[in-house]
Amino acid sequence: MNTTQTMSVGDASHLGGAAAATPTAPPERGLRAGTSSRQARRTRWAAVGFAAPLLAYLAAFYALPLYRNIELSLHDYTTRAFVQGNAEFVGLANYVDVVHSDTFTKALVNTGLFVAVSIVFQYSIGLALAVFFRQNFRLSGLLRGMFLIPWLLPMIVSASTWSWMLNSDSGIVNSVLQAFHVGQINWLTSPDTALLSVIIANIWLGIPFNLVILYSGLQNIPVDVYEAASLDGASGWQKFRLITFPLLRPVSGITILLGLIYTLKVVDVIWIMTTGGPGDASTTLAIWSYREAFGTGQPDFSPAAAVGNLLILIALVFGFVYLRMQRRMEES
Amino acid sequence: MTGPREWWKTALGVLFTALMLFPVYWMVNVSLTKTSDMRADPPHWFPWNPTLDGYSAVFSQQLPNLATSLLIALGTVALTLVISAPAAYALSQLHLRGAGTLNFILLVAQMIPGVIMAMGFYSMYIKLGWLNSIWGLVIADSTVAVPFGVLLLTTFMAGIQRELLQAATIDGAGSWRTFRSIVLPISRNSLLTVSLFAFLWAWSDFIFASTLNRNGDLIPITLGIYKYIGNNTTEWNSIMATATVASIPAAVLLVIAQRYVAAGVTAGAVKD
Repeated sequence: MNTTQTMSVGDASHLGGAAAATPTAPPERGLRAGTSSRQARRTRWAAVGFAAPLLAYLAAFYALPLYRNIELSLHDYTTRAFVQGNAEFVGLANYVDVVHSDTFTKALVNTGLFVAVSIVFQYSIGLALAVFFRQNFRLSGLLRGMFLIPWLLPMIVSASTWSWMLNSDSGIVNSVLQAFHVGQINWLTSPDTALLSVIIANIWLGIPFNLVILYSGLQNIPVDVYEAASLDGASGWQKFRLITFPLLRPVSGITILLGLIYTLKVVDVIWIMTTGGPGDASTTLAIWSYREAFGTGQPDFSPAAAVGNLLILIALVFGFVYLRMQRRMEES
Repeated sequence: MTGPREWWKTALGVLFTALMLFPVYWMVNVSLTKTSDMRADPPHWFPWNPTLDGYSAVFSQQLPNLATSLLIALGTVALTLVISAPAAYALSQLHLRGAGTLNFILLVAQMIPGVIMAMGFYSMYIKLGWLNSIWGLVIADSTVAVPFGVLLLTTFMAGIQRELLQAATIDGAGSWRTFRSIVLPISRNSLLTVSLFAFLWAWSDFIFASTLNRNGDLIPITLGIYKYIGNNTTEWNSIMATATVASIPAAVLLVIAQRYVAAGVTAGAVKD
């Protein structure tokens, strides 16, 4: 991820993931009764001291950029206004323009398709592979490790490799299809297949993340459950349907939601392969925002920021579902 | 279970892995293909007649970009550790007030799309004059790693035995000495995991590089590849050779530190 994804994993690649711990330590007892309150006060100040760099960092490099972004979206910024700092305040006009633009519906539908199709395939392929590798055959550990490679490669590397593989004239994919008498497909340059192409590449990028997390989830299912089922004469499929899948449900939920959040953010794969084109054929909300701000010679930051803020809202909705789900999992 | 069934599984596993890694193989194969064979139909499946032209192009043109990426990645690792390790100590052992809120903020921070951060940084940097600087990219790249680092280290440090830290306090160690000479050494593996991910993310970054460092003299390798694709679409062997070289850190880290990689991915999502 990143997650940059991040699993960009999605942005599967920039998967930062979100560690779950809210550490709850027992209250510190003073060493001696008399010094306990002074000790506690000293600890409290030490805590602030140790956390201070992080707090300053978050204020300067998270809060400030986000604030600037909101400000951008409420003004009419041009490159010149950037330097002179006299952009006109326009209220929500940028948001109204964005929502009424032709690109909006297209980008929303594309985002939905990109995310949904990517997740369905990443998850099911990842789960199938996790169950397969769980059987611990010879070399399974090594092979499982090699599956991580696509996830670790820089996104530009994977995306440009896929671009060349899907090249209309000289790509290996068309060459193989030709052997099966399929005519030339203009994967990246036809409006019918551009979105499909970036989805295929993104599924490939996300499989390792799903595999690793689901595999670790499988490891937490006690072996004796399976042994008992075997004694009762359950078949492999029955074991999967009645044991593996239900017991894996919390982990599955978290995997899918993290995938959602990271896939929503994806810019690099799509931008490098198709720049969102042809036309708007593979333009998602994230790509639209990127293109308005940085993709053309004429940067248009205000609408870009408005699209970006809408994207944050969508990401946060899934984010809160994720946090609730994780809390429930910790309680159980 | 022994005998033929096991072998079937291994064979199947090898097949799956080969399918999955085919694009990686293809990248290496194309990087060794002669420009004149590049548009051959059907494409050459094996580099029978290899050329190193692509790689000599890497060494003549991309070395400064590789060095820039290395510098940025190391800078990001350093900044990430300096910010996140003390904070994790405060969160896990020193009962920082508002720890719950801070954890929550860090979780939410990871969900913010990179393109939005890029716009925010752009508008900040244009005023500060930090565009096209290595320092600017180090800061931007670290925003991906810092929340992850704090959360991962907090989880680990919360598990350090309290007796150990109390013993140090009794011996008269202040919290700084406890942190430096006990907490940090014990947390070595977690620090390694965080460093590894911070390095890889910064090394792979495209969004920040392509927005905050568009006109710089020193560009990271990801942007080098991107400009390559834009400038010449004929010499794919050079492009793929650069891509192969840019993948080396990922490969090296995977070989020497697979354990930590898997730990980092899982720690992200599932708490054991």
